Amino acid sequence: MNRFSIETVVGLFLVLGLAAFSFIAVKMGDIGFFHDRDRYTVTARFDSISGLKEGAFIEMAGVRVGTVGKIRFDNLDYEAVVEMSIPNEIELQEDSIASIRTNGIIGDKFIKISAGGADELIPPGGEIMETESSISLEELISKYIFETDS
Amino acid sequence: MKRILDKIGGDALYFLNQAGLLTIFLFTTLQRMVMPPYRLFPVVKQIHFIGARSMLVILVAGTFTGMVIALQFYNTLVRFGSVNLLGSAVGISLIREMGPVLTALMVIGRAGSAICAEIGIMRSDEQIDALECMAIDPYRYLIAPKIIAGVISLPVLTFIFIFIGIMGGYLVGVLIFGVGEGAYFQGMYDGVLWSDIQMGLVKSLVFGLIIVWIASAKGFLLHLDRSGAYGAEGVSRITTNAVVLSSIAILFADYLISALMHEPGMAS
Repeated sequence: MNRFSIETVVGLFLVLGLAAFSFIAVKMGDIGFFHDRDRYTVTARFDSISGLKEGAFIEMAGVRVGTVGKIRFDNLDYEAVVEMSIPNEIELQEDSIASIRTNGIIGDKFIKISAGGADELIPPGGEIMETESSISLEELISKYIFETDS
Repeated sequence: MKRILDKIGGDALYFLNQAGLLTIFLFTTLQRMVMPPYRLFPVVKQIHFIGARSMLVILVAGTFTGMVIALQFYNTLVRFGSVNLLGSAVGISLIREMGPVLTALMVIGRAGSAICAEIGIMRSDEQIDALECMAIDPYRYLIAPKIIAGVISLPVLTFIFIFIGIMGGYLVGVLIFGVGEGAYFQGMYDGVLWSDIQMGLVKSLVFGLIIVWIASAKGFLLHLDRSGAYGAEGVSRITTNAVVLSSIAILFADYLISALMHEPGMAS
């Protein structure tokens, strides 16, 4: 107790706590101080996004490139509108396809973007026109059960 | 029959009386706290007592909590072949529930009981009356530094607990069971959201207030206790009361905050 004054111990304690908090907040909280500037947003409309959550991944060729932002419901067209945050260095062609896929059978939903071949690119804030809704295993099964009789 | 009714009525009145006294105590302290002059050193001293000296017990408790969570989740997840979820399971349960609650219970045992006994003895020895005689406000002089220190210390301890718990989970999950290191940490970074961290933070702030508030109020109001006991016996009874009451209050507040901060759209 003689070598360390109370102030030293308390200072050390607070610094340790702050370090632990910032580790957790920056690593896991996705506080986007660093990422926001080099990203842009595109939107896409889906008939059904059942199971997709805000913060889900966006994959291209199996690599995680972005995250899903806000999800809202368009009450005029009865469609789901999904915002996607994409790094600037990835350019999306006009005819790129966004489809909702599942990670494994019971895993999380994510959005898979397949690159297109057109010359025109989607500008920041633009929209991906080609989309595929999420596939529900139950719907597929019910289709199989109830429609093969006829 | 009349005796039973008397007992029920008496208990109810006593409960209401206590609840009112504790509330008045809290608001008096908060009101006196904002008045100048502000003195920093008493707060530092209390952070040292409540926070820094609880480090060891928090480190030990955190390590073992993280280890046991990883162990239990591993045994369940391995049956479904989704061991990759281990990291996010450990992270979310530590950040949202185990970290804040277990830290609070540890601090109640270590510091809450001590605060209650200290202030209870001051009341019993009429030291608090002596302070009032000298025109020193006991709320500001004795209680306010403890409350500020509690609200600062608890979040700090909680996040140290969470960090060390994650490392304990790493020890069991990755080093003993051989879950991929990348899967453990990346799963955790992906699974934990900012809203989870927010919930842990809010909980620990509220718990810090509750612990110090109940412990010091129980000690401060020793002379108004129903049993009427003063001296050593009264202090021991009031300390037991404070520990039980604040533990229950923590668990109740934990459920309340979880329910209030639960976002239906995001739930999974």
